[in-house]
Amino acid sequence: MEGFIYPNEAEVAWSVNIVIYTYITGLVAGAFVISSLYHVFGIRSLRPVARFSLIASLAFLMVAPLPLLFHAGHPERAAVNMLFTPNLTSAMAAFGFIWFGYLVLVIAEVLLVFRRDMVSYAKSSKGVLRWLYLALLLGIENPSEESFAANERVIRVLALLGIPGAMVLHGYVGFIFGAVKAMAWWSTPLMPVIFLLSAIVSGIALIMVLYTLLSILRGKGVDHPTVISLSRWLLGFLALDLTLEALEVVSMAYEGEESWEMISQLITRVIPVSYLGIQLGMGTLLPLVVLGVMAARGLKGRLSSTLASLSGFLVLVGVLAMRWNVIIGGQLLSKSLRGFTSYIPPLLGMEGLLISAVLLALPFAILGVSLYLLPPWLVEVAPEEERPAFRAIPGVRRGGLARQGVRFGR
Amino acid sequence: MDFTRRGFIKGVLGGVLGLAVLPALLKAPGLYLRRASAAPTIDLADGGGGERHWGFVVDASRCIGCGLCVQACKRENNVVMEPEYNRTWVERYVYTEEGEVFVDSPEAGIEGFANAPANLKYAGLDIDKSHFVPKLCNQCENPPCVQVCPVGATYKTEDGVVLVDQEHCIGCRYCIQACPYGARYLVPSGGVTPMGYSKVVDKCTWCYHRITKGLRPACVEVCPVGARLFGDLHDPESPVAVALRDHPPAVLKPALGTKPRVYYLGIDTEVR
Repeated sequence: MEGFIYPNEAEVAWSVNIVIYTYITGLVAGAFVISSLYHVFGIRSLRPVARFSLIASLAFLMVAPLPLLFHAGHPERAAVNMLFTPNLTSAMAAFGFIWFGYLVLVIAEVLLVFRRDMVSYAKSSKGVLRWLYLALLLGIENPSEESFAANERVIRVLALLGIPGAMVLHGYVGFIFGAVKAMAWWSTPLMPVIFLLSAIVSGIALIMVLYTLLSILRGKGVDHPTVISLSRWLLGFLALDLTLEALEVVSMAYEGEESWEMISQLITRVIPVSYLGIQLGMGTLLPLVVLGVMAARGLKGRLSSTLASLSGFLVLVGVLAMRWNVIIGGQLLSKSLRGFTSYIPPLLGMEGLLISAVLLALPFAILGVSLYLLPPWLVEVAPEEERPAFRAIPGVRRGGLARQGVRFGR
Repeated sequence: MDFTRRGFIKGVLGGVLGLAVLPALLKAPGLYLRRASAAPTIDLADGGGGERHWGFVVDASRCIGCGLCVQACKRENNVVMEPEYNRTWVERYVYTEEGEVFVDSPEAGIEGFANAPANLKYAGLDIDKSHFVPKLCNQCENPPCVQVCPVGATYKTEDGVVLVDQEHCIGCRYCIQACPYGARYLVPSGGVTPMGYSKVVDKCTWCYHRITKGLRPACVEVCPVGARLFGDLHDPESPVAVALRDHPPAVLKPALGTKPRVYYLGIDTEVR
C-alpha cells in the first residue's frame, strides 16, 4: 500500500479466482471460434483441429462458473438467486443464462458432430461405456443416413449461432468491467471488444499449443500446415488485439483526465513487470514479430510450426497476464486517485492460489477424459467431404480468409 | 417468528386506525410533507408508506477528527473492529505551503489523529492548513451499487436509503467495485452483521433501524461538534435544511452522476 486509499479498499474485492474465470471463459470463446471457422466458414486448413477445438471449448465451458462459486461469499445462494431473482439492470445477472444457453448449444453441437463416431463406439464397446454412448446418442442406436444429413445442417446452424454466443459470453465479461464508472482503469467502452479479441487470441493459441503437444504425445506427426494456418489467424487477431489495447491506453493518455496521472503510475511503476514485461513485451510484441516475420517470408516448414507453437505459448501466458493486469491492476488503483493498495494472493483458502491452480488445471483434466471418450482425431483419416459453407454469401468463400485457408490447407 | 392471532388482529386494527388517522395528521400544522417549490407532493394516505426525504450534511469545517463517530458506528452496527471494514471513517487533508496535499486516515480515524505515529510523516513539512472529512455512504439517488447487484439484494428504500438484504446477498462484491466512494465492504468470516451474517456485503444505512424510529444515526448522535447533521430535507426546520439554507453544499464526485445525498460544507475540490 502506498499513498492514500479509502480504508475499505485495503481488501481487494475480486481475487485471483476472477482472473482465472475470465481467462477460462476467454479460452472457451476462442476455441469455439476456431471450430466454427471450419464448421461454418469452411476453412479447410483448420479441419484437423475443428472437432478438437469444439470439445476443448466444452471442457473449459464446464469449468467456467466454478471460480465464481469459489469466490462468492455465499455460493449456496448464488445459483438459485442468480437464476430466480435476477436484477435486470445488472449485467452480471445475465451470466447464468448466457452460460447455460451456451452450454446447451455446445453440448448439442458436440453430440451432433460426434454422432457417427458414437454409433460405432456404441457397437464396439461394452458395459458402462456402451450405455454412456447410447445415452449420448439419446438412445438412437442406428440413425438413418437422412438423419446424418439433417445433422450436418443443424451443426452448421449451431456453429453459426455459437459465434454470436461466444461473442456474448466474453463480450459480456468485458462489459462487466468496462461499464464500472467507479474504476478508472476499467471504465472504457473498448473493454468488451478488447476482452473479445484477447479471448479469440488466447483460444487460437491454446488450440495451437495443445494440438502440437498432443500430436507429439500421440506419436503422430504434427500437421504443420494446420499449425501454420492457426498461426496466421493468431497473427491477425493478435494485431487487432494489440491495436485496441494500445488505443485504450493512448486515448487515456491523450485525454489526460484526472485519473491518467495515477493510471500511468499504475502501468509503469506498480505493475510494470506483468503489464509492460509479460503482457505487452513477451506475450504480444515478441509473438507478433515472430509470427509476422514467418508470415511475411511465407515460412511453413517444421521449424516455423514449432516457432508458431512456442509463440502461441507466449500468447497464452500474455493473455493470462492481461487478465491479471486488468482485474487486479484496476483494483490496486485507489478510487480516491491518491494511492495504491497491494494484493498478494494467499496460497490457501477459497480464494487462494492453490484453488485457482486446481480450477485452471481442471478443464485440461476434463479435456483428457473427453479425448478418451470421443477422440476428435479420426477426421484426419476419414475421407474428406466437401463442406463449403455459405457459398451464397459473396466474398466469404472468395475472400482473404478462405483463400488463406485453402493455401495453407494443402 | 411468532405470528399469533392476537398479533394479527392487533396489526390489522393498528393499520386501520393508522390509515384513518393519517389524513388528519397530514393536514396538521407543523408537518411539512410538501416541497416549498412545485415539486411532486407525497400523499401518505394514498399508500405512500411514510416516505421521507432524508438528507445528511457533513460540515467539515466543524469536524475535530476525534473519531467518536467511527467508534459509535462500529458499536451500534456490530462492525468488525479491524480498520479495513468501515461503514464510516474520517479522512485528514493536510496542505503544505508548497501546495502539496496529503491525505490519511490512520485506522480509519477511529482513535482520532493525535497519536504520534500517524503524524511523524508530517514532521519537517511547512503545513499551511489541515482539516478533517468524515465519510459515509452517500445514499445516492442513482446508486451504481443497486444497478449492478446481480440478484437485487441491494436496493433503495422509498425514503431513499440504500440497504443490503443480507439474507439474499451472494457475496459477489460487484457492488463494492461499483461504489465510487469505497463505502462498502465484505463482512469477513470472523465477523457478523447485526442480522447475523458473514461473507455478505455491508455498508452504512444511516442507522436505518434508528431513523425509522425517529432517532438520529449513531454517528450524528455522538458528534460533539455538530459536524454531522441529519434530518428531513423537506422540513424547513430540520437541521439539514437549516444548514443548507445559506451555504451552497458540495457533493463528492458529482461528475459520475450518482447524485449523492450526503452534502458537504467546508470542503474544496481536493476532497474526493
